[in-house]
Amino acid sequence: MDKELLEHGLNMNRRKFLSRLSLGLGSVALGSLLIPDLLSGSGAEEMGFPPGIPHFAPKAKRVIYLFQNGAPSQLESFDYKPMLRQMMGQELPASIRNGQRLTGMTAGQASFPLVGSFYDFKQYGQSRAWVSDLFPYTAKVVDDICIIRSMHTEAINHDPALTFFQTGAQQGNRPSMGAWLSYGLGSENKNLPAFCVLLSRGKGNGQGVYSKLWTNGFLDSIHQGVQFSSGESPVLYLNDPAGMDSTGRRKMLDKLAELNNLSYSEFGDPEINTKIQQYEMAYRMQTAVPEITDLSKEPDDIIKLYGPNCLVPGTFASNCLLARKLSENGVRFVQLYHQGWDQHGNLPNEMAGQAKDVDQASAALITDLKQRGLLDETLVIWGGEFGRTNYSQGKMTAENYGRDHHPRCFSVWMAGGGVKPGVYGETDEFGYNIIKDPVHVHDFQATVMNLLGLDHEKLIYKHLGRRYRLTDVAGTVIPNLIA
Amino acid sequence: MRQPSRAALAAICLLAYFACNQPGANKGAQTSKLPDEVDYNFHIRPILSDKCFTCHGPDANKREAGLRLDIGDSAFKALKETPGAFAFVPGKPHQSEVYKRITSQDTSLKMPPVNSNLALTEHEIDLIEKWIKQGAKYKPHWAFVPPQPVKPPVVDDEKWPKNDIDKFVLVAMENAGLKPNVEADKERLLKRACLDITGLPPTIEMMDRFMADNSPNAYEKMVDTLLAMPQYGEKMALHWMDVSRFADSHGYQDDNYRSQWPWRDWVIYAFNKNMPYNQFVSWQLAGDLMPGATREQLLATGFNRNHKITEEGGVIQEEYRVEYVTDRTNSFAKAFLGVTMECAHCHDHKYDPFSQKEYYQLYAFFNNVKEVGLESVVGGPETFAKKPLMEISNEEVKNVLSFINKPDTNRLIVSVMGDQDTTVRKTYILNRGVYDAHGTEVVPGTPKSILSFDNVTPNRLGLANWLFSPKNPLAARVFVNRMWQEVFGKGIVKTSGDFGMQGELPSHPQLLDWLAVDFRDHGWDIKRLMRQIVTSATYRQSAIVPKEKLQADPDNIWLSRAPRYRLQAELVRDLVLSSSGLLTKKIGGPSVKPYQPKGLWELATSGRGLLARYQQDHGESLYRRGLYTFIKRTVPPPSLMIFDGSNRDQCEVKRSNTNTPLQALVMLNDPQVLEASRVLAAKLLLDKSDPVEKAFRMIVCRKPSEKELTLLRDYYKDQQQHYRGKPTEAAKLLNVGETPLPEKANKPVLAALMQVVTTIYNLEETLSKS
Repeated sequence: MDKELLEHGLNMNRRKFLSRLSLGLGSVALGSLLIPDLLSGSGAEEMGFPPGIPHFAPKAKRVIYLFQNGAPSQLESFDYKPMLRQMMGQELPASIRNGQRLTGMTAGQASFPLVGSFYDFKQYGQSRAWVSDLFPYTAKVVDDICIIRSMHTEAINHDPALTFFQTGAQQGNRPSMGAWLSYGLGSENKNLPAFCVLLSRGKGNGQGVYSKLWTNGFLDSIHQGVQFSSGESPVLYLNDPAGMDSTGRRKMLDKLAELNNLSYSEFGDPEINTKIQQYEMAYRMQTAVPEITDLSKEPDDIIKLYGPNCLVPGTFASNCLLARKLSENGVRFVQLYHQGWDQHGNLPNEMAGQAKDVDQASAALITDLKQRGLLDETLVIWGGEFGRTNYSQGKMTAENYGRDHHPRCFSVWMAGGGVKPGVYGETDEFGYNIIKDPVHVHDFQATVMNLLGLDHEKLIYKHLGRRYRLTDVAGTVIPNLIA
Repeated sequence: MRQPSRAALAAICLLAYFACNQPGANKGAQTSKLPDEVDYNFHIRPILSDKCFTCHGPDANKREAGLRLDIGDSAFKALKETPGAFAFVPGKPHQSEVYKRITSQDTSLKMPPVNSNLALTEHEIDLIEKWIKQGAKYKPHWAFVPPQPVKPPVVDDEKWPKNDIDKFVLVAMENAGLKPNVEADKERLLKRACLDITGLPPTIEMMDRFMADNSPNAYEKMVDTLLAMPQYGEKMALHWMDVSRFADSHGYQDDNYRSQWPWRDWVIYAFNKNMPYNQFVSWQLAGDLMPGATREQLLATGFNRNHKITEEGGVIQEEYRVEYVTDRTNSFAKAFLGVTMECAHCHDHKYDPFSQKEYYQLYAFFNNVKEVGLESVVGGPETFAKKPLMEISNEEVKNVLSFINKPDTNRLIVSVMGDQDTTVRKTYILNRGVYDAHGTEVVPGTPKSILSFDNVTPNRLGLANWLFSPKNPLAARVFVNRMWQEVFGKGIVKTSGDFGMQGELPSHPQLLDWLAVDFRDHGWDIKRLMRQIVTSATYRQSAIVPKEKLQADPDNIWLSRAPRYRLQAELVRDLVLSSSGLLTKKIGGPSVKPYQPKGLWELATSGRGLLARYQQDHGESLYRRGLYTFIKRTVPPPSLMIFDGSNRDQCEVKRSNTNTPLQALVMLNDPQVLEASRVLAAKLLLDKSDPVEKAFRMIVCRKPSEKELTLLRDYYKDQQQHYRGKPTEAAKLLNVGETPLPEKANKPVLAALMQVVTTIYNLEETLSKS
């Protein structure tokens, strides 16, 4: 472990040096790109980076977060509640609801008729975990994942709930999880940002996404999530204009460097050198990014694994494949959002479509990482911002019903990166309250950080007098989620 | 007399303070010398605040062992839990429990406790020891003591100062062993002043005129001309947009359109009219409550309705109404008082003497608005403003509100303030900040550590009067500091949003107070303040960074050189449009949608509302200043965000200034920059002068050196050769932007010159104030 820590430390210092360039803190001629002596203790703190990182040896090096935006129903996916079918149409007992506040959409509803899943469940794998028929591919990798059925949150509406999951607070312009990890761990690849974001949308009732979900908040903007796509322009403003090739660009940059150097000899301002380096990094990105985002050269077995949609830019499948490539190339945090999971009505239909969009590719990502030997060091997370009610919203029939927002329990799964596979937590037979091993959003965040070698109480940033952290003032690491 | 002596001491102490707070000085700090006289405000309080107040500070509910260290009276009392012991015994560190505990080797006794992840350095412990030895004298927090008139210091070098600002700066500089830089050359000084006052680079005519004017007050004349230009109001409004979290969308979830822009037009107008700051802010806070309120005064109150408003069906009404009141309260405190009042939203403030009760007393001023949490979901024009709102008639646009640049005759509504008529909504302390957890009822009031709220009407108008009372310690300091920040890149108090215990200390405390008092005593005259700053010798120094100064004062705290930093996001755009001649000079009007990479709004939307798709503008609307770029909060314009623009989520008083590869990509590939290069190149080819030299002058705002000229001419020649051989490539390169190409253009030559112009746009100096 000591060796691991040491190696990690050396990488960290290399990383810090590179980040220092991009932060524009001063001039570092490329020739002096030496690794500061880790053991002499000069380094992190003096360079303005968080001290003492990692706090302990990390299990995961990178994260791929498959966010299911809109909140998929746990009752049609991973939390099997046969009693709800038997009690179909019966009223939710007040003792179970127990004062839970409701959204404005069902607060006025006269009755709360229980409704069971339209889809059947079966048990899979060694863990004998229950998975609904909507997720056949996920069912096949069930022994690689840990299903947490006892997640709970505080918010009951999308915007605050999403913001809470990503930034640790419902309101306010705080850094998101990816930005925190970029700040704490930096990038492993000097040609790519540490935090990348990929968006896709299903046909189900959707909620928008907001760039504040990948904001750097009060951290430097270098930690902001950079939107990527597998389309023609994978990163904004990346492509040279038509009529100009890479040789032409190189020539222009050489002129620019010469001119900027004249400026440096006049002013002596280190920022000028930083600027020259930033143009060089931009140039390297122009080469590196298209190579990574080009999915056309992927072999057939990979295409087959992720499904044919992975060749259609902007689909969830394509984003999963791209996420694997980015992660493999050292991107610390790849954040996907798949929209369309807000089934207030027409749930059986819409949910089937949404599941079809994501099931194969999510499972493929696990398989793919595993076959490359990367799953151990890559943490994959799948889930939404809250759960859905066990009673129907609006008109209910056995084939057609809807579910409102439910913060008290929902399911997410995690895989790889030091996570212990299995099933964690339990809800009551109504699927309404947690009866065993609750995991609050802040606990979840604390655990993710722990897997990455970070103590969530120590990765702090002081802003306007206050020490901020991702987990705000709460959160406990859940040891039983860790292998 | 108390104040000058305090400030004088402060200036001396600051030297020591900064000496041990420079980057990389961590280890050095431990061996650095202790000051002869240890000062509570400048040495001790920052330590106690940062390391002790969380548990032994203002928050009564989290106070450990009943010990409070932020107030002298409490700190000297006998300890509750250790009879016969005292936290501080003046003169006797070894009898002081605090000293014993911070030096204890016993982890069960040691303070701060190990599990707090906090620790004191040797130097900090030594400072506390010496302070106790010297009598452990507490002093009130500097920022909460009203600024007193200060006499500018007497300086040895009487020739350098051009006004009183310089005397303060020179003394501090000399104490740090530094001498001022020489004055910047005229061309660079002109560019700097133009950018700071109008946000636009000088034209060639302005450059020629200024260079030819050899009168001793040529610069002052130029400054006056600039201050009188209508672009001054636009430049000043830019910062105010961040402060007021102004945007063109409601901000939550589907994030539909809002028509708040007439308020922005008013801000520009008010700055151009040079409305006194106290009036400018009072109208925004309480225009609706002024006796015989005018329509203009009512419009000004839009400030407090610029916050985000939800249109998400299904939210709990009261939860969001409380959110809006909270936003107003936090914004008021941050924007006008420079304090982090929001920390007292859920509990007593951890560092500053603000109780949770005081938070809700301040909140009470903003809690009586005739509003609901969710008025309407995404919909048509009736949802573009939320009640209370004002409808602006076409008649009004012709007379009393003629500064509104309304392009059509459609209905126009703006969200403004308006209190409930008959009943006053009761305000309660909200336990843990939860919207429905009502605690004790409170009445409007202000934090008494700043200034108590006596004999004032308990409404927003009363609050405005309180803010601008001569006894208010913060209003003037906070604003002059931010104007200083906008010009020099950082404030005299670097944490311009936090003047509290955890904020940074002023680098030039006396100068800050002098500026504040002078500003207040001269009718809160903003143009006068700006003029003072930009005509000072401090401002006029060259921006060259000599090696020894970079070592001695890397952050330029002592201002022995002019600051050199990149232009703000909007000004990058303005410079490109202005120098190329593309800029539309119109002032005000609805926000515009310039070129933007495809699919950004479309990919992030639920599909509902007017803003689901980005409908780019055409014609002159494409070329408006950055101030007018449409801000959809959930997907703000990328070219601005990449240059550290604000997403307008909440009140912001300071932007960061980063230097990233994405910025390089914008400047190299944004169609707006490329179109501007092409348009300027085409114009230059019709001109008789040397196109390379002229392009350089128009963009960098100075004549190029021979070396620069040679490099660029060589490049021009090379590119001509390249594109002559590849006419189709030339045509492709020129095919950018909506401005038509001149019919008879020699495409290879034009393409070559376009590349030269793009190169000049990408020079570090082009986008820098230097």
